[in-house]
Amino acid sequence: MADTVIYAMYDDDDVLKEGAKKLVSKGVKVTEVFSPFPIHGIDPIIGVKNTRLGIMAFLYGITGLMLATIGMNYFMIQDWPMNIGGKPSFSYLENFLAFVPISFEFTVLCAAHGMAITYLLRNKTLPGMPAQNPDPRTTDDKFVMELRLSENHNFSAEQLEAILKDTGIVEIDQKEIK
Amino acid sequence: MHKESAIREPLILGHKTYHQITEDVCKPIEDKAPRMWYILFSIAAILGLYGVGCILYLLGTGIGTWGLNKTVGWAWDITNFVWWVGIGHAGTLISAVLLLFRQKWRMAINRSAEAMTIFAVFMAGLFPLIHMGRIWVAYWVLPLPNQFGSLWVNFNSPLLWDVFAISTYLSVSLVFWYIGLIPDFATIRDRVKKPVPKKMYSMLSFGWSGRAKHWNRFELVSLVLAGVATPLVFSVHSIVSFDFATSVIPGWHTTIFPPYFVAGAVFSGFAMVQTLMLVMRKAMRLEAYIHTKHVEYMNIVIMVTGSIVGTAYITELFISWYSGVEYEAYAFINRATGPYWWAYWAMMTCNVISPQLMWFKKLRRSLLFTFIISIVVNIGMWFERFVIIVTSVHRDYLPSSWSMFYPTHIDIGIFIGTIGLFFVFFLLFARFFPVLALNEVKTILKSSGESFKNDEAHSPAYSLADQHLAFKVSHDHNDDYAHGHTTTQVETGPAVEPMTEAPADGNIEILLSAVGKANADDKDDLKLLNGLGPAIETKLNNIGIFTLAQIAKMTKAEYDLLDEFIDLRGRAEKDDWAGQANDLLNNNEK
Repeated sequence: MADTVIYAMYDDDDVLKEGAKKLVSKGVKVTEVFSPFPIHGIDPIIGVKNTRLGIMAFLYGITGLMLATIGMNYFMIQDWPMNIGGKPSFSYLENFLAFVPISFEFTVLCAAHGMAITYLLRNKTLPGMPAQNPDPRTTDDKFVMELRLSENHNFSAEQLEAILKDTGIVEIDQKEIK
Repeated sequence: MHKESAIREPLILGHKTYHQITEDVCKPIEDKAPRMWYILFSIAAILGLYGVGCILYLLGTGIGTWGLNKTVGWAWDITNFVWWVGIGHAGTLISAVLLLFRQKWRMAINRSAEAMTIFAVFMAGLFPLIHMGRIWVAYWVLPLPNQFGSLWVNFNSPLLWDVFAISTYLSVSLVFWYIGLIPDFATIRDRVKKPVPKKMYSMLSFGWSGRAKHWNRFELVSLVLAGVATPLVFSVHSIVSFDFATSVIPGWHTTIFPPYFVAGAVFSGFAMVQTLMLVMRKAMRLEAYIHTKHVEYMNIVIMVTGSIVGTAYITELFISWYSGVEYEAYAFINRATGPYWWAYWAMMTCNVISPQLMWFKKLRRSLLFTFIISIVVNIGMWFERFVIIVTSVHRDYLPSSWSMFYPTHIDIGIFIGTIGLFFVFFLLFARFFPVLALNEVKTILKSSGESFKNDEAHSPAYSLADQHLAFKVSHDHNDDYAHGHTTTQVETGPAVEPMTEAPADGNIEILLSAVGKANADDKDDLKLLNGLGPAIETKLNNIGIFTLAQIAKMTKAEYDLLDEFIDLRGRAEKDDWAGQANDLLNNNEK
C-alpha cells in the first residue's frame, strides 16, 4: 500500500515530548518515535500501551516452579527413593525443605529466560535482523517522530509539515513507501 | 523527568551533551588500541595459556597433581571457586539491587561490573568441573535418564543445589547483561564506517531500532530481571555456603554462614570492581562518568559489608566458645594460633581492619588509597576462604591423621591461570564493547549532569521559543522546503561551542584596564542584564569581569574586544549592557 511517511527530527527528548503533546491535541496520530534511550512519559502521549511481558514472566516462573516440583517428586520420591543418612524420602512434603533451593533456582531460570526470549521475539530483535531506524543518529543524540499519511486522513502532507514545524524540529524528511 | 536535589553531587561532570556521551564511550572502541592494551593483553594471555596448560596436565594425570591428601580433600580448588563466585556478586548487585533502589550512580559502572561478574563466574565454574577429575562425565551432575538403574542425582545435596544455582546465576546474568547491551551495540553499529565492524555490530545489535514500544518493553524487562536477579544473587552465595554449613565438620557447621558469605561476596566483589574501575576510568578517559563520588559510594558499600564480615568473624569466635562444644572451640583456637595462624591474621587484618579506615572521608575519597585497599581486600577475602576450608579440615578428630596442605605448582598455575583468563576476557570486553551503559547514562544526564545542575547546559540546545525564532528566520530565507524526498536543514540558533577558558593574551589586559579590575569577592549578579544568561556570566567571570560597575564602563571598543573572547555577535552592543548596568547601579544607589 502506497503511503507517505514524514520523519521529524528533534534534538531534545523534552522538546519532542512537548511536540507530541501538541500534535496529539490537534488530532494527529503519531505512529512511532525512535530515540537513543527511553523517553519517560512518551508512551501515554502517543498511545503506546504498557507491555504485558511482566505477566508472561510470572507465567514462565510458575511453569518453572511446577516443572521443578514434578521433576523432583518423580526423581526423589516416586522413581528411586534414596535413604540418605537415615533420612528416607517417603513423601514430597516431608522432604520439601531440601527441595526449596532448586525450586527457587528453576523458577528464576524459567522466568528470566522465558521473558528474555519472548522480549526478543516480540521486538523482532534477533541476530541478523536489519536495523529499521530512519536515521543513524537516532541511536546517538537525535529523536525522530514518524507520522503516516494513511493514519492521518484529515491532514495533507503539507498541513502535517506545517504543524510539525511549529514544534521545534531540527530536520524534516518525507518518504514515499510502496 | 525526575528532578534531583541540587545539593547532591552531579554524577556526570563537565558540559556533556547526549552526543558527547556517545563520543566519549565509543571513541576507545573505534580508535586503535593503545600499546598498553597490547602489553596487558599479552601478559594476561600468557598467564591464561599457562593455566590452560596446567589444567590439561591435571586432566591427563589426575587430581593427584594437586597438593591434596587424605585429610585435606578440599583446598585451593574450592578456595578459588568460592573466591571467584564471591567476586562475581558485585555486578548483579550493582545492576539489580541498585536498580530496584533507584541508585543512579550505578549506571556508570553496572555494565563493566556485570561483565566482571560473568567472567568471574566463568572462572569459578571451572574449578568444580576440573575437580571432578574426569571432566568428560561432567554431565552426570544433571538429572538425565541413564542406564545405571533409575539412579538420579541427589536433590538433597547442596552440591547439586550449587550446580543449579551457579548455572542459573551465570545464564541469567548473561541475559541481563546482553539485553542492556543491545541498544548500545546499535549505537556503535550506526557510527562505525568500516565494513567488517559494521557487520559485526549489526549482528550483535539484533536490528535494534529504538522504537517507543521496544523501549517500553526494555524498561520492564530490565525491571523484572532485576527483580528476579536480586533474590538470585543472595541465594547463590547462600547455597555456596551450604556446601560447608550443612556438613558436620567443626568450623563449617555454622548457621551464620549464609548471610556472612553473602556479605563477604559483596565485599570482595566491590573491591574487584574498584580495582578494575580505577584503572579503566583512567585508561579510557571516563573520569567524567566514574569520578570520586562513585568511588566514595562503592567505598561505603565496602565499609558496610566489611563491618558485617568483621561482626560475623567475631560472632563465630564467640559462639564457638559459648556453645561449649570442644571440637568447635578447638577448630577456632587452632585457626588463630595453630600452624595456619598467619593466614587467619592476614584475613583479620585485610578484612576487618582495612575497611574501617573508610570511615575517614579523606581516605575514602582518595583514589590511590582506594586502589590499595581494594587489592588488600581481595587478598584478604582469598585468605578467608582458605582459612575456612583448610584450617577446618587439616586437624580432624584423629591426631594421627593431622596434616598440612602444601600447594603444588599445578595448584598455583591453575589459580594464576584463571586470573590471566579473567583479564583476557575483561580486556577484550573493554576493547570491543561499550563499557558504559550509554542508553542508561543518557537518561540521567538532565537530572544528574553537572552542567544541568548548574543551569549552564546548552541542551535542550535552546528553549522552544528560540527554536521557533530560528525556524522563522530560516522560513523567510528559504520557502521551498521539503517537497517529496528532500531533507531541509532547519537553521539552528547560536552554535553550541565548548566552554573553554578564554585565551590569556594581552587583549584581556587592555579590556580590563579600560573597565577596571575586580575580584570574585565583590561579584554582582550579571544575569540581571537583559540578554545575559548564566552561560555568558560564567564566561565573563572567567576573563575577570565580575561587577556591574565594570560593564557600565564599556563602550563600543570594549564590546568588540569582548566579542573576541566570547562569541556574542554584537549582542552586548545591541542590548546596551553598559546602559542597563548604569541604570541598575543608579537604582541601587537611590
